[in-house]
Amino acid sequence: MLAPSIEVKDLVKRYPTATAVDGISFTVARGVITALLGGNGAGKTTTLSILLGLLLPTSGNVRVLGEDILRHRYRVLPRMNFSSPFVDLPHRLTVRQNLLIYARLYALRSRRERIAALAEDLQIGAFLDRPAGKLSAGQKTRVALAKALLNEPELLLLDEPTASLDPDTGDWVRSYLEAWQARTGATILMASHNMAEVERMCSNVLMMKTGKIVDRGSPQALIDRYGRANLEEVFLHIVRTRELELEPWS
Amino acid sequence: MSRARSIGADGSLGRIWAMLLRYLYLLRSSWPRALELLYWPTLQMLIWGFMSQFLYVNSNYVFRAFGVLLAAVMLWDVLFRGQLGLSISFLEEMWARNLGHLFVTPLRPFEWVLALLSMSLIRVLIGVVPAALLAIVLYHYSIFSLGLPLIAFFAVLLAMGWALGLAICGLILRHGMGAESLAWLAVFTLSPISAVYYPVSILPHWLQHVSWALPSTYVFEGMRALLFQKAFRADYLSIAGALDLVLLALGASAFFLALRDARQRGALLQMGE
Repeated sequence: MLAPSIEVKDLVKRYPTATAVDGISFTVARGVITALLGGNGAGKTTTLSILLGLLLPTSGNVRVLGEDILRHRYRVLPRMNFSSPFVDLPHRLTVRQNLLIYARLYALRSRRERIAALAEDLQIGAFLDRPAGKLSAGQKTRVALAKALLNEPELLLLDEPTASLDPDTGDWVRSYLEAWQARTGATILMASHNMAEVERMCSNVLMMKTGKIVDRGSPQALIDRYGRANLEEVFLHIVRTRELELEPWS
Repeated sequence: MSRARSIGADGSLGRIWAMLLRYLYLLRSSWPRALELLYWPTLQMLIWGFMSQFLYVNSNYVFRAFGVLLAAVMLWDVLFRGQLGLSISFLEEMWARNLGHLFVTPLRPFEWVLALLSMSLIRVLIGVVPAALLAIVLYHYSIFSLGLPLIAFFAVLLAMGWALGLAICGLILRHGMGAESLAWLAVFTLSPISAVYYPVSILPHWLQHVSWALPSTYVFEGMRALLFQKAFRADYLSIAGALDLVLLALGASAFFLALRDARQRGALLQMGE
């Protein structure tokens, strides 16, 4: 039986002046889309960074795709990828040059064919030879997705995948990700502030606040538990409620 | 789907080539940067060439070997360009805020360093070779007349530049872009004590000890021994090579420790302009 995509146990990240992640534990099963929700500073990006191996935790265990990410990150990095609208690809290189370099970094065999297929799939062919810095937000998002899907990842981590996109482009990206996930059976863990997006795409939600996971479940289960009309109301209730009044999920 | 040509210790030539290709694309995409590579060595060669011509008729020092100053200028540029070439390629990633993307790929830090070193060599050759050829045309002086020792001088100075470059990149990783100016300035502090244009014996006695701790000093003293006495000082080169190994170990340690520290602090996703 395959191990879960992500297993996090007692994860802590302390900085000299703050605790960003405070003893969280969670599991993400294979082939599902899970959301990491929380207000600014809740610890979402810190958690994603640790899962990517970009940040070393203070303590705790993290297994990704069955491997200990702290000890064997180079075994698992070829099987996962990451996309964020807040981390652009180098601006002066063209889209094609950027993708070729990342294809080489992932040691892909048929690089040009893979890029051509992704270009058609993500409709980026028209600006493959344009510098990455000269793209619109929607184009940048699609190019970032192309980079993130180059190695056909089993696990895709997304940081606010539709931030700063117009509703039409945002919907296109969500539909694409849903179709891609259904086709490949990959796992997606996404941090998002868009509650409608999470309700639509995710089967599971991890709700974070001040470095802790304060609740979890499917979007509908959370809505029912808090007696609210939608996930946005649940989110607002949780972030506006004092920590002591919430009983962290255990 | 994937194929990686191993170079041992889980290294991959493909990934090293990928990073090298990235820096070549950057170089090709900006003519001012390419021009800048040519600019300083050529300008320095012009200034010092004319000065050499002047001193040739006014100084016994230069009379003894016309090319001594020109050779010193060009060899000094190997050290300077070697350090700067490495630091600039590193800074390209910082300016582009690209470290977050790079380090979620299977790229190992040592592979990145090997790509940075390769790019440094390419930048040095682009900068120095045209200046050396121009010196032949304008002053009828060829640094290639130093013969085989030139290769050893070049290697020692380039390795020293790499060691400095790695240490500087480590400092930038540790202290952020505020330390960027080190990339441009640090190596110049070594110029007065490297005996580039004058013998070590000119320096105050206490400073001579510091000077002899630098690989560059052995190169420039060795160069003068070759030009003035026609003597190849293998002992100088041996000591310089050993000092280079020590400096490279220190520079690489500083770089890798700073990279680990950046992972502790969560700086890899945030670093940039």
